[in-house]
Amino acid sequence: MSEMCRRDPRREWIARNRLHPEHSSVLATLGSIGGEAASEWPGPNGVLRRNPHGMGFIGPNGIKRIDRSGAQQGGQVPGRGRQAALATRRRVEIPEPAFLVVVVPERVGGRLSSHDKDLLGLARRLADADPERPGAVLAVVFGEHKEERLGEAGIDRLLHLRDDAYNGFAPEPRLAALTAVERELAPRHWLLPDSPLGGADLGRRLAVRLGERPATGVWQIEADVEAPLGWRCTTRGAAESLDIRRPLPRVALALAECAEPVDETRHAAEPLALAIEPPVTLSRIEDLGQVAVDPAGVALAEAEFILSAGNGVKDWEGFHHAARVLGATEGASRVAVDDGYMARDRQVGASGTWVTARVYLAVGISGAIQHLQGIQSCDKVVAINLDPGCDMIKRADLAVIGEAAEILAALVAKVEQQRGGQRDAA
Amino acid sequence: MRPEQQVIEMVVLVSVGRHPITGRARRSDQDARGLELALGLEQQLPGSWISLLHAGPRSEASESALRGYLGMAAGAGMASGADQGLQSLMLLEQPEGADAISALAEHLAEAMPQLVITGTRAERGEGSGLLPYALAERLGWPLVNGLAAVEKVENGMATLLQALPRGQRRRLQVRLPAIISVDAAAPAARQSAFGPARRGKLEATPVAAELDQELTEWQMTPARKRPKRLKIIKAASARDRFKAAAAKAEGGSGQVLEGVSSEQGADAIFTLLNEEGVLRR
Repeated sequence: MSEMCRRDPRREWIARNRLHPEHSSVLATLGSIGGEAASEWPGPNGVLRRNPHGMGFIGPNGIKRIDRSGAQQGGQVPGRGRQAALATRRRVEIPEPAFLVVVVPERVGGRLSSHDKDLLGLARRLADADPERPGAVLAVVFGEHKEERLGEAGIDRLLHLRDDAYNGFAPEPRLAALTAVERELAPRHWLLPDSPLGGADLGRRLAVRLGERPATGVWQIEADVEAPLGWRCTTRGAAESLDIRRPLPRVALALAECAEPVDETRHAAEPLALAIEPPVTLSRIEDLGQVAVDPAGVALAEAEFILSAGNGVKDWEGFHHAARVLGATEGASRVAVDDGYMARDRQVGASGTWVTARVYLAVGISGAIQHLQGIQSCDKVVAINLDPGCDMIKRADLAVIGEAAEILAALVAKVEQQRGGQRDAA
Repeated sequence: MRPEQQVIEMVVLVSVGRHPITGRARRSDQDARGLELALGLEQQLPGSWISLLHAGPRSEASESALRGYLGMAAGAGMASGADQGLQSLMLLEQPEGADAISALAEHLAEAMPQLVITGTRAERGEGSGLLPYALAERLGWPLVNGLAAVEKVENGMATLLQALPRGQRRRLQVRLPAIISVDAAAPAARQSAFGPARRGKLEATPVAAELDQELTEWQMTPARKRPKRLKIIKAASARDRFKAAAAKAEGGSGQVLEGVSSEQGADAIFTLLNEEGVLRR
């Protein structure tokens, strides 16, 4: 709506008529919108006034150009630069791949982690090595996923297995599914993240089942014509004290930062299905669910959900109660710690702890740069604050402007209500 | 109606570790944690058996490292008088660089313990952490990795507590016999006492060795520092580059709720927390 160009013929007429009593004010308002006529106008005393900011136009590269020849063109609509940046990603489609590279991302909370994106970058290097005969990257995803930009991470084909049997700790059903993929599609490479979130476990199980000797802790690969698959890799061995250089085997478990994530191309992420559904195996390991751990006992640096308090918190009893009910680990900004409301080991930020939480709920924190550094690697930041202009609001994915104590109390009531309802149902 | 007191047989696979700074042979940290777990379980189920198993060459350095495990049994086991298994360590003698998996698998298939406890990765050699997986595949037993505690053993089922990243725990039930591997989340190992370590016996049996040919072909060098990733800014113009370098906090992407009641605000936060799945049921 705002992009539509609306003309006001009367104002244009006034702008042309130098003798009109409203001439200068109309010129000034036109200038603030970005019209071309407003860069100079006669002042009330007859002196010519200039507005240097009103001159020129934004060129195609986003640079302001001033054309003094008089043949000036109109300004650019703001926001077009962003669209242009998105459109610069080259679209790549691989209709008939020469081979397949299978990646099994581990996906923290349903989204691709940075480790997964690095791994997909590595997969793209393997797949695109020969531009004449490109391979396709197939991602096998278990359970629900929330990631929308799978194609931009470099995925050509997507195998999404939704069965409930794959949820929780289910190495045996997952292994059965991956074996079915191996049987049906016979990929050239298998790549899994070597991380304690599950990739390391599943990758080793898969390698042993396929009868391959995997490379674990891979952090670098390079082309090598003598190797069976055309690649050599460098892996970490012996408790991180050795570098082992060896030919890249079919199954590789790679460390984080093994390659650059994809950032120039966009891929199709075309859904794929197996012709034969993987058999449902009876698991000998039964998952009885997660155990409630005391959130206060979890180290701040590795806590998953942090409720953090700053200068805006006045009701400390309510804050501690909210942390208990939400099951969140408590954090604090420097001010709250200096004022003695929280312990020093709870401080988040440059001089405290660098946190890696998935969800960071900041209550009454305005967001000093040192604090924002500390929460750089947080996924979702939620802010509750009174000041709509503060830096924390700019960083936050969801910001609520209001009194912290009231909002926290309402949130606690909601959570308790939900839990109560479930208990009645059960 | 208490079930009959369970007695189980455990094998702890131990290896020769490497001190991270001096590089000397020592008892491996994770394997010692595994033995600690077994000793704790033995106190829970008196009369249980623990045996130690190692496959590898016998030398002065490795012997002193392996005796470190024997020295751990001094306290708890002796008091209850049930540490028959722990006075000796079974050593399957093989030359350096031989494949330990087949020797261990044969021994375990013969001994048929109910629980095999190992560390996650070796501190020497390839250290790929594949051994428990290869053994599980060979023996056809279930495997659980990253264990924090064994809660109980009953009627051929073990209830285990698995450690997840971020300090979380998951409860699992597994049918015995099973292989479990422990890492840094398991209870820290107790000290090793010198006297019992000297007195303990090392029962060495030479076994057929199969040289790991592939391992000898690989190049091994001391680990070098991994290059730090640089922040690469791909910008067409100087203006974009400057903006990227001087960017403070990226704004505009988030949703801002202004002028709403606290109920509505709490509602929005509640929905987000539920979507992320951080609220425990």
